[in-house]
Amino acid sequence: MFSLDRWQEVLSTLARAPLRSILTSLAVAWGIFMLVVLLGFGHGLRKGAESQFADDAANSVWVFGGQTSQPYQGMPVGRRVTFTNTDYDNLRRVEGIEHLTGRFFPGSGGRPFGGERPVRVGAKTQTFDVRAVHPDHLYLEKTLIAAGRFVNDADLIEKRKVCIVGIPVAEFFWHTTDVIGRSLEIGGVAFEIVGVFNDAGGDDGELRMIYVPVTTAQLAWNGADRLNALLFTVGDKDIDETRELLDRVKATLADRQRFNPEDPQAIRVRNNLEQYESFQQIFWIIEVFVSLMGVATLIAGIIGVANIMLITVKERTREIGIRKALGAPPLSIVGTIMQESIFITAAAGYLGLVAGVGLLSLVASVVPENEFFGEPQIDLRIAIYANVILVVSGALAGFFPAYSAAKISPVEAMREGT
Amino acid sequence: MLRLSKINKYYAVGSHRLHVLRDVDLEVEAGEMVAIMGASGSGKSTLLNILGILDRYDAGEYWLGDTLIRDLGEGQAARYRNQFIGFVFQSFNLLPFKTAVENVALPLYYQGVPRRQRNRTALQYLDKVGLADWADHRPAEMSGGQKQRVAIARALITKPRIVLADEPTGALDSKTSEEVMELFGEINRTGMTVILVTHEADVAAKARRTIRLRDGKVEPELVARAS
Repeated sequence: MFSLDRWQEVLSTLARAPLRSILTSLAVAWGIFMLVVLLGFGHGLRKGAESQFADDAANSVWVFGGQTSQPYQGMPVGRRVTFTNTDYDNLRRVEGIEHLTGRFFPGSGGRPFGGERPVRVGAKTQTFDVRAVHPDHLYLEKTLIAAGRFVNDADLIEKRKVCIVGIPVAEFFWHTTDVIGRSLEIGGVAFEIVGVFNDAGGDDGELRMIYVPVTTAQLAWNGADRLNALLFTVGDKDIDETRELLDRVKATLADRQRFNPEDPQAIRVRNNLEQYESFQQIFWIIEVFVSLMGVATLIAGIIGVANIMLITVKERTREIGIRKALGAPPLSIVGTIMQESIFITAAAGYLGLVAGVGLLSLVASVVPENEFFGEPQIDLRIAIYANVILVVSGALAGFFPAYSAAKISPVEAMREGT
Repeated sequence: MLRLSKINKYYAVGSHRLHVLRDVDLEVEAGEMVAIMGASGSGKSTLLNILGILDRYDAGEYWLGDTLIRDLGEGQAARYRNQFIGFVFQSFNLLPFKTAVENVALPLYYQGVPRRQRNRTALQYLDKVGLADWADHRPAEMSGGQKQRVAIARALITKPRIVLADEPTGALDSKTSEEVMELFGEINRTGMTVILVTHEADVAAKARRTIRLRDGKVEPELVARAS
């Protein structure tokens, strides 16, 4: 029911009480502004936390050797458990493992995360992390191949002296990423570059890295057949299925290494899926909490509109009575007041939306993206829903008082205030 | 023009019914000017509300021209009020935030007449009541007599079948009252049917016929003032 006359009526009514119109608009604008900002920051928080998982496969399990804490089959306590290629081969036969890789850190002497080696190209020398891995490692770290290829099975069999370098490594030595075919020396051993990689997590530490075939590294740096860690992914298994698989893995390892499978210290396990799921739960709680706060603010705005519309209608009872006596149909009365209510909520809601999105964009441009806080942004759908909710609520808030006013007999309405 | 037969109206007061109008019969010819008189509580306001399609009645028939006014829905009642009836109230009932010309034009708004056209018509009617110069003034800037003349212009703008005036001079001093009554006389002379409700004998005296109500009944027209 669009008509210019109707709009003129609505606008002149609003202009009759400018302060009230502005205050009502403010309540609505504030409601939608808070909703947008809360949801936006909630989203940013979530993105930030999720980015910490981005560079590791969320469904991965890491197993490190430990020290036995229980005597088992005549073996003493305090024995160090060190994995070898045989453990890797055994695990390959365990059902349910999706991708499997070992890790050997050259010169680490068994330290699980170490592996820094001096790397030389011509006169330039710099220390980089070196990881000796199996081909499946590609999936464990979500490594993105930028050029060339990753470690393959032929490399392992032939113990080829090839390597894959991170983008910063290539740029450090050659100021370019076009480095395939060039060679570098790791701890005095020459390797040919066959690939350049990027990392899904975008973490610089993960990129200042050189991957080499595990068998080559074991040969080159006195590794014998030792592996510092075993990493695998579990596919789309849930937590319980992952635990079952983990039990099978432990049993396989324990059987060969001769430790008690129940021994909590013999091997150390980092189950990313479990961590990821507990994070997911925290996200969920945050999201629910933030939504509740947003909805509560919205409700406050809605109540504000309803309140003002009630007062407006109450004040205009006499006017409505006069209009009815002159022949205004009930629908016209209801329609005018609803249009006023919807107009005020929609216009103010839109202002709040623009202000909220503006603030979020400002924050996004000022605060650099970091691991605790991703780019704050609002789902456009949520913003539109919120406005629709506001408009509908404004209509409802206007409808009931208007409807009851339209029900009043004009005789009684006109008697008021005389 | 207008015929009431055996109109009965009750109000529910607590548990029992108050019989406000008892078998009211009334006939008003086109072009008549009729005054309805009665003490307060006699039912004259109720009668006026029924005539103005502002209230329903419980039994009887009300013919306005060739239209039976009975059991109307809200929308239909509003439409008939707008087309058939012009109201003039004791307290003027102008919208305070609208100018004189906008007030006069309001009934045409509900007929869907475009703004420019209805304001032009409204200005003509304001001119008829001698207030063309006050078109852009708001009611608060006008005297009681002026306000009532604006209200009369508003009542006439839809060319209604009847004009109903409820104590039209009740809020005016005697000199202004006379002017307003003079205006009603003029309107009546143009052929418009006018029904006045009043308790002032000298106002009623301007009418050609007076109907007296007592306890919800029409008293026999002992003093017919017919010319």
